[in-house]
Amino acid sequence: MSGVAIRKINGRGVYVEGNDIDTDRIIPARYLTCVTFDELGPALFYDVRFDEHGRSKGHVLDSPERAGAEILISDNNFGCGSSREHAPQAIMRFGFKAVIAGSFAEIFHGNCTTLGIPCVVMDDDHRSELSKLVTNDPALDMMIDIEQLQIICGNQVFPITMKESVREAFLDATYDPLDTLLASGDKVNAVAEKLGYL
Amino acid sequence: MGLNLYQKVWNDHLVRQLDTGQYQVFMALHLIHEVTSPQAFGMLKDKSLKVAFPDRTFATVDHIIPTDKQERPLADDMAEKMIQVLSSATKENGIEFFAPKSGAQGIVHVVGPELGLTQPGMTICCGDSHTSTHGAFGCIALGIGTSQVRDVLASQTLVMDPLKVRRINIQGTLALGVTAKDVTLHIIRTLGVNGGVGFAYEYGGSVIDQMSMEERMTVCNMSIEGGARCGYVNPDQTTFDYLKGRERVPAGTDFLAAVERWRSYASDSDADYDDVVDISAEDIKPTVTWGVTPGQAVSIEGCVPDPNDKDGLEKTLINDALTYMKLSANQPIKGIKIDVAFIGSCTNGRLSDFQSVAAVISGKKVAPNVRAIAVPGSEKVDREARELGLHEVFEEAGFEWRLPGCSMCLAMNPDKLVGDEVCASSSNRNFIGRQGSPKGRTILMSPIMVAAAAIEGFVADAREVFDLEGAGV
Ligand code: SF4
Repeated sequence: MSGVAIRKINGRGVYVEGNDIDTDRIIPARYLTCVTFDELGPALFYDVRFDEHGRSKGHVLDSPERAGAEILISDNNFGCGSSREHAPQAIMRFGFKAVIAGSFAEIFHGNCTTLGIPCVVMDDDHRSELSKLVTNDPALDMMIDIEQLQIICGNQVFPITMKESVREAFLDATYDPLDTLLASGDKVNAVAEKLGYL
Repeated sequence: MGLNLYQKVWNDHLVRQLDTGQYQVFMALHLIHEVTSPQAFGMLKDKSLKVAFPDRTFATVDHIIPTDKQERPLADDMAEKMIQVLSSATKENGIEFFAPKSGAQGIVHVVGPELGLTQPGMTICCGDSHTSTHGAFGCIALGIGTSQVRDVLASQTLVMDPLKVRRINIQGTLALGVTAKDVTLHIIRTLGVNGGVGFAYEYGGSVIDQMSMEERMTVCNMSIEGGARCGYVNPDQTTFDYLKGRERVPAGTDFLAAVERWRSYASDSDADYDDVVDISAEDIKPTVTWGVTPGQAVSIEGCVPDPNDKDGLEKTLINDALTYMKLSANQPIKGIKIDVAFIGSCTNGRLSDFQSVAAVISGKKVAPNVRAIAVPGSEKVDREARELGLHEVFEEAGFEWRLPGCSMCLAMNPDKLVGDEVCASSSNRNFIGRQGSPKGRTILMSPIMVAAAAIEGFVADAREVFDLEGAGV
């Protein structure tokens, strides 16, 4: 199959506040001139983090005590706008292994899933509590438990939700669907033929 | 209970259900371009896979192509490399490539329909969120990411979860000066930028019935800005008339047979919907954005909102947007000074968009402080506009008439805002930094409203600036 099963994700969180954070903000368009995704990590949220002279604006992602955080937390409609996979690629290459938000834009959600980055949905009250914990203590560890659909952080347990089909795909390592899709070539040809596309 | 178009197209293209409960769905048409597809060919190579249906795959370049001069090699080395990678990958895999100067190049969502590649009842995908545009023909048309581009190249199928369908009825008659762009901005403003998450939008009602195909494309184009993964209009006589005689559309008796099949995809009169929304045409005014999402919009007669009328996160969002846009609460939207005017993009870069503007600007002049550009959506649009002499009308008024491409819709080519310039734009996104400067400010509106702003030098009401009735717009 396509990869390793993803059941639990451990790490420190970082909270980037805001609703409707679009993929233009996650990765500005000028970084899309590339033919591979390899160099995208440092460009994550570039214009939010740096001024026009490339000087740090002191964004939370650049605070030294947050270096190496594995879990990105944000608010509602995260990843809206352009379908560019460059956005989840930049998030992944920056070092994040999961994203928590109130809701996700669909294309972004699909792109993350294929890359093996769980998009975890958490309601407003719990999320604001979790973001507070994380903001107050950069060293705080948490665990996202995809099997049990919960996050354990300090002595608290928060409920989370995920699309069931996506959760299953993480648990049985089929989140990259290519092998599955290729396994039914005959059926695909039959559909194409029936519709007159062949 | 009858079926809606989404269900019919889905059923016809369904391959099988997967163990995860999701579905494998065949893609009738796959459009690719230079930004999100070269990487996918790399992924394919890594796995020693071939393109499964090269005949159902078409490529063009649009995002990175300069619109002032397109001589190769391009000045930007990386842009040149992206075209070359796409060009050789398509050649290697037997995919037709509408290269610059081929006569068929253009923005991918302009090219598909104008060639007649886009046909009713199809599933269509492209590594670009505005693929929803093609829904105007009665298609399930989806924007996808690069890994999915890889999946479609390798298998011509996608993993999908079925969407819910929301029927949006727009009844009545649009007032003079209210365009398809205003309809879509109004819908987004009413339902919210994430109001459509989980839905496909079916647009209908007398307003949509009376629209031309190009207007329907404008509406479907921005479905994604309202959070809907796709949007569509049921195919009807307007659709068939548009398709008749197009290069890639069957002719003669084959055309008649195709029309029969296309017609059968339209939603049944007793079709079931997950949600229905009614919008009255009389409520729709020329609409412009004031903020940093397409939903932060207001009627041209209105004012910028006051954050103090809201609380919590919403208040913060309005405050942030006003700070970024350098606007003050309660300020009338009319009168905001602009620096740049842009007419083009896959939302409003088709022939009729330029025709409607040309009909009103002749004899007028762009304000001296405004840089105004008109960018046809494709080589075909450019050709047809030139045949009608539209480029001259624009040039005489003080617009630059450019070569086809995405241009100032997004900052991947030399057309960019500088510093905190304000741009009146016929494109689809006013996100922070979208037009190339991290401080650049975008105000979205219809092409005739952009023209009005260009001529006045500030956001203006086209109904006051032009004699719309006399021009027959
Ligand atoms: S015109 Fe704009 S929205 Fe349309 S494809 Fe080009 S960049 Fe994307």
